[in-house]
Amino acid sequence: MSPLSPLGIYGFAPTAAAGDFESIATVTVGSGGSSSVEFTSIAADWTHLQVRFIARANRATYGADAVKFTFNSDTGSNYAFHCLKGDGSTAAAESGTSETSSRIKDCVGTNNGPGAGNVGVSVLDILDYKNTNKYKTTRALAGVDINGTVAGFGGVVSLNSGLWMSTSAITSIKFEVYTGINFEQYSHFALYGIKGA
Amino acid sequence: MAATYEPIATTTLGSAQASVSFTGISGSFTDLVLIISAGSANTIGFNYVRFNSDSGTNYSATSLSGDGSSATSQRSSNSNKGWLGYWTGIENTIKTMSITHIQNYSNSTTYKSWITRNNNANGSTYSLGTEAAVGLWRSTSAITSMTIYNQTSGTDYNFIAGSTFTLYGIASA
Repeated sequence: MSPLSPLGIYGFAPTAAAGDFESIATVTVGSGGSSSVEFTSIAADWTHLQVRFIARANRATYGADAVKFTFNSDTGSNYAFHCLKGDGSTAAAESGTSETSSRIKDCVGTNNGPGAGNVGVSVLDILDYKNTNKYKTTRALAGVDINGTVAGFGGVVSLNSGLWMSTSAITSIKFEVYTGINFEQYSHFALYGIKGA
Repeated sequence: MAATYEPIATTTLGSAQASVSFTGISGSFTDLVLIISAGSANTIGFNYVRFNSDSGTNYSATSLSGDGSSATSQRSSNSNKGWLGYWTGIENTIKTMSITHIQNYSNSTTYKSWITRNNNANGSTYSLGTEAAVGLWRSTSAITSMTIYNQTSGTDYNFIAGSTFTLYGIASA
């Protein structure tokens, strides 16, 4: 195997063997769409989690939307996030504190993009998810490109960090489109577990 | 348990070469991960990709980069090749790396998108910094091949000897 770990960090797992990066569950949104995608009953069998997804929503305006996510059904003001993003013309940063969910900026394609098949892509890492001694942190690389601009807005690529101020082990993750609309058919979420030594 | 994250193929250049191709990519995985550690024969080289030999104007990208003093964002539209990154290496040395995620590459229902992270920490005049980018190929075809090029201002340059290109597959349940 490669010296590259599944988290994309060189030197992290120099001799990863089959089974160190395991598929836990996959959700593909069917016809009619879905208001959320949720992974439940996540076992404590791994050290880190990774969610790799493509997503699309039927948004009436703009070519992109954001995803929000919560852990263990906690909708209290226990989340914070930072984001560094570029929209094709401007680099910008934003953040949120005491939020009721964490966030991945503009990673969902919409019907206003370049075609019916357009999706956004994300890789979300959730570190030390079962540790009961510290708050949980996440990072995501995400984006959606729309071949130019829609209503003056271009595609977006973003680097995202998140904090859930809880020492509870994560046993479930729920994803929703930030504006409250449905994920559309063919949106695809895959949850993986990464083992430690 | 079957391996979930598997190497598919690796190319290490024994001599300078204009492009690198991966062909016959099966639909056995969910995502592809492309790792490039390469150098350009030109002072500065840019990486591009074409899927399934498609040279139509079906590619676009949005990037975010920082050079140590400022952050910028750019986009390309209706391109005949897909953007993989600002830098492959400079001054005939390999000082850069690139990790690209090509997700749901084998479905026949969605356009294909990728996200990439690239670094060049050379520290000289041509130190270009760090970059993230998202790319789009407006095709619902399954990706079965890809070719990686090194270009600057439309001129092809060689990847130098020692450049490595590795393709991995990730399979979901």
